[in-house]
Amino acid sequence: MFYDSLIFEISTKDRVGYSLPISPFAKHEFAEQLLRSTKAMLPQVSELEAVRHYTNVSTKNFGVEKGFYPLGSCTMKYNPKINQDIAGMSGFNLHPYQQTSSVQGVLEIYYETQRILSELSGLDTFSLNPYAGAHGELVGLMIMKKYHLDRKDFKRTKIIVPDSAHGTNPASASVAGFTSVEVKSNLDGTVNLKDLKDVLNDEIAGIMLTNPNTTGIFEKDILEISRLVHEAGGLLYYDGANLNPILGLARPGDMGFDIMHINLHKTFSTPHGGGGPGSGPVGVAKHLVKYLPSPVVKQKDSVYYIEDQNDTSIGQVTHFYGNIGVVIKAYTYLLTVGKENMANIGRYSVLNANYIKESLKSDYLLPIKGICKHEFVFDGLIDKSHHVTTLDVAKRLLDYDVHPPTIYFPLVFKESLMIEPTEAESKATIDNFIQVMKTVAEEARTNPDLVKGAPYNTVVKRLDEAKAARNPIVKYRDLL
Amino acid sequence: MFKYLPHTEADIKEMLAVIGVQRLDDLFQEIPNDLLGKDLNIPPSHSELEIYQRFNELAAKNKVLIPFVGAGAYDHYTPSVIRHLIERQEFLTAYTPYQPEISQGTLQYIFEYQSLICELTGMDVSNASMYDGATATAEAMMMAANAKNRKKVLISKTVNPNIIKVVETYAKYRDIEVGIVDEIDGITSLEDFKQQNDTENACLIVQNPNFYGIIEDYNGYREILDETKGLFIMNSDPSTLAVLKTPAEYGVDIACGDAQTLGVPLSFGGPYIGYLATTTKLMRKMPGRICGVTTDSEGKRAFVLTLQAREQHIRREKANSNICSNQSLLALFVTIYLSIMGEKGLKEAQMNSVNATHYLCESLTKLPTFRLAYNREYFKDVAIQTTLDPNIIDQALFEHGFLGPLQFGKFDETKKDVLLFSATEKRTKAEIDRLVEVLEAL
Repeated sequence: MFYDSLIFEISTKDRVGYSLPISPFAKHEFAEQLLRSTKAMLPQVSELEAVRHYTNVSTKNFGVEKGFYPLGSCTMKYNPKINQDIAGMSGFNLHPYQQTSSVQGVLEIYYETQRILSELSGLDTFSLNPYAGAHGELVGLMIMKKYHLDRKDFKRTKIIVPDSAHGTNPASASVAGFTSVEVKSNLDGTVNLKDLKDVLNDEIAGIMLTNPNTTGIFEKDILEISRLVHEAGGLLYYDGANLNPILGLARPGDMGFDIMHINLHKTFSTPHGGGGPGSGPVGVAKHLVKYLPSPVVKQKDSVYYIEDQNDTSIGQVTHFYGNIGVVIKAYTYLLTVGKENMANIGRYSVLNANYIKESLKSDYLLPIKGICKHEFVFDGLIDKSHHVTTLDVAKRLLDYDVHPPTIYFPLVFKESLMIEPTEAESKATIDNFIQVMKTVAEEARTNPDLVKGAPYNTVVKRLDEAKAARNPIVKYRDLL
Repeated sequence: MFKYLPHTEADIKEMLAVIGVQRLDDLFQEIPNDLLGKDLNIPPSHSELEIYQRFNELAAKNKVLIPFVGAGAYDHYTPSVIRHLIERQEFLTAYTPYQPEISQGTLQYIFEYQSLICELTGMDVSNASMYDGATATAEAMMMAANAKNRKKVLISKTVNPNIIKVVETYAKYRDIEVGIVDEIDGITSLEDFKQQNDTENACLIVQNPNFYGIIEDYNGYREILDETKGLFIMNSDPSTLAVLKTPAEYGVDIACGDAQTLGVPLSFGGPYIGYLATTTKLMRKMPGRICGVTTDSEGKRAFVLTLQAREQHIRREKANSNICSNQSLLALFVTIYLSIMGEKGLKEAQMNSVNATHYLCESLTKLPTFRLAYNREYFKDVAIQTTLDPNIIDQALFEHGFLGPLQFGKFDETKKDVLLFSATEKRTKAEIDRLVEVLEAL
C-alpha cells in the first residue's frame, strides 16, 4: 500500500521540510578529528509529505476518542481537551533554571497539586518528581530502605508482594536492592492473613499492595494487615494504579499505608500517549517526609521556593522537577472535577464494572463472585469445549471496534480477561460492549474457527510475534 | 450532572437493579466504616471559563525569560506541524501497544524513532525511550553492572552534576560504588581514569560535549577499557551528533542522553525524553521496550514489541529494569522533528547555535571582566570566567528579560567565578548584542 511506507522509504534526496533564518554569525569550523565521518541517514521529505505520513500512521491506532477502551488496571478514561490547551499555554514554557521569583505560577501549580493529592490520599506530602508509576514505586522503595537504614535496622532486605501484583512491583523491589517474597491470594483474590503472618519477620522491610487489588476486590482486612505489618516493623506501600474506585471515598493513608504513588495518567486523566509521558507522584506519611527526593518545592509566607540540598533525602532521581507538563494537565482536571464530583468518579467506575460483570457472568467464567470495585476478572469463556481462548476473544473484539480488556493478567488465573470500564462511559456504550461480548461468546459456540481466525477488519491480521524475537529487525538499516 | 460523568438518575437505577442492590453506597459495604466519609479540603468544581481565569492568573505569575543558558535544557526551535500531529487522539490517547493489530501507528513510530536514534549515534539498537537523559544514564550504569556482574562504576567529573547525582542515587540502593574520575583543565583526566580503572570496574561514563560545552576527544579510551573488559558509556546530546563524531565511532557500548534538544519545548524541565542505544551483543541486557518487524498471517509487514522476556511484565523480579511507561509521545515528537529537519536542517540548526554561542563568547570576552575559562573547542555551551559578582549579572539580565548563565558555584565551591552561557539558533544578533551591552555597563 502506498501509505504503508516508512518515513525513510518516502525520502527523496535534496527534499526539505524545514526553514531557518539565514545566520548572521561567522561560521565556526571544527577540527576534522572531532567530526563524524559519514552523514546520518535522516529522512528528506517536504512538510506535506511528513504531515500526511504521520496522519496515515496515526489512523492505524485505536484511541479513547474512537471507542470503548476497557483495559484493566489502566484506567483509560477520557482525556479532556482543555487539559491540553492549558498545558500548552506559553506562560508555562519556562527554562528550568529560571529564578524562583520568575516561576511562582508554575511552582504554585506544583505545590497545590501535591497538596490536593495529599488531601485525597490521607498522606502528608507528595513529591511530583517521579516520571511514571514504576518510577514512583522505585522512589517509594528507596524511601523505605533509607528509613530502615537510618534506624540502623540492617536486616530488612525483603519486600512482600502478592502473587496478583503488577509486574512492576517485584521489578521495582529488585532495582531498589530488595528481594521479593510472594504471598498467595485467597480464592477471592485478597491477601491470605495466615500466609502473611508466616512470612512476616524482622527481615521484612515492607509490603506492596494495591487496594482494591488487581482482581478488583477491596482488601476488607486492610486495617488488620496494616497492624500486622507495622507490628513486625515493616512499612506499607500502596500501588496507586487502582486508586480510581475509592477516589474521594476512602484514603490509603487512613488505611495505614505509609508510602504510595499515584499514576496521574490513570486516575487524573492525563493521556497515556502510547506509553508515556506519565507522572508518578509519591506521597508519604509525616515521619517519612524528610526522605522525599530532591529537589523539593516548598512554600513559606505565600512564596514558593525550591530546596535543592537536603542531607536526609534519598537523593535525586530526575534531572529537573519531573514531567511538569503532565502535572499541569492533572491540576486542570482536579480543578474541573472539584470537591462536588470527586466521589462520583469512584462510585460510577464501580457501578459500571459491576453492571458489566453481572450482565456477562452467564457467558464468561467469573471466578470471584460478589461486588467488585472498578475492575474484575473473567477466567475466559464458561464453555471451553471449543478451545476458544482469551486471546481469540480479544482479537475478535477488534473486529467490533472495541479495545480488548487486559489479557492474561493477573497471573492468578489461566485465561484472565480483566475489564475496567471507568466512570467516563455512558450506559449506551457499556450496553453495546455487553452485546458485543455476548455475540463473541455465541460465535465461540457456533463458529469457533471464526473467532480463532480473528481479527479480520484491522490493518494487519494476527502477527507472528515469535519471528520478530528470533531474528530481531530493530531499525530501518536492518531492512536494507 | 457533570460533563465528564454521563449517567442520569434513571441510568443509575437501571444499572443498580441489574446488579441487585438498592443504592450506590451498597457497592462499598466491605470498606470499613472508619475509612469512609472524610470531609476533604479540596477546591470546588471549576467551569471551563473559570479554569481559563485561574490559569491565566497563574501564568501571569511567571515571567518567560529569553534563555542564555542551556546546561541540559535548550531553547531550540520547534516546527509548527509537530504539535498538530502529536495531539491527534490516535497517538495521544492510546495505551502501550500491547495489542499490535490496532497499535500499528504507535509501533511504527517507535520503529522509526529507534532507526533515527541509531542513525545519530551509530549504534545497532535503541529502545523505545527512557524518562530523561539522567535516568537513561543511570539505567545504562545498571545495565553495565548487570552485564559485567561488577559492583563498581566510574563516571567523569565533566558529566553534568545533576546526571552524576541521579546515577549516584540509583547506584547507592544497589550497593554499587561510584568513583568520580577527576577533570583536568575542563576535560576528563586520562591519567586519573587509568589509575582508577581495574577489573572490578564495570564501566566508564563520560559526556560529550561535556558539561562545560567542551568537545572531548575520547580516542584511546576504548582500548584502555578493553584491557579490563569494562564497558564504555557515553552520554551525548543527540542533536550534536549530526555534526560530531558518534558514540559508535568512539567504540562505545552504550549511548544515552536526553533528546529534549530535538525541538522539545522547555516546559520547566519536563516532559523530556531519554534515549538509550547499544550494540547487538548487549541488546538482550537492555532495559525498556523494543519494537521489531514481523509479518502478519497474510505475509504483510507489521511491527510488534519484541524481546519482551527482558521486561517487568514477563520477568517480574528478574527483569532488566522496572521501567514500564516511558516517554512514548516524546519519541513521536522527536521522530517528526527529525523528519521535518532532515540531516541538513538538523546540522544547520546546530551549527547556527554553535556560531551564535561563539559570537556571544567572542563579544563577551572582549570586555575586561570576562575571559574564556578553558581554552578548548566548545559546542553550544561555553564556560566563561568573570571578575563580576554572578548574582549581580543574574539580576541585571533578569531586569532586561534575559535568563542569565548557570553559576558553577551551585555545584562546585572552587568555581564560583565560572558561568555557563549558551545560545541556540533562536537567539538573534540583536539579543546577543543587547546582552553584552547590559553586562558591559556593570
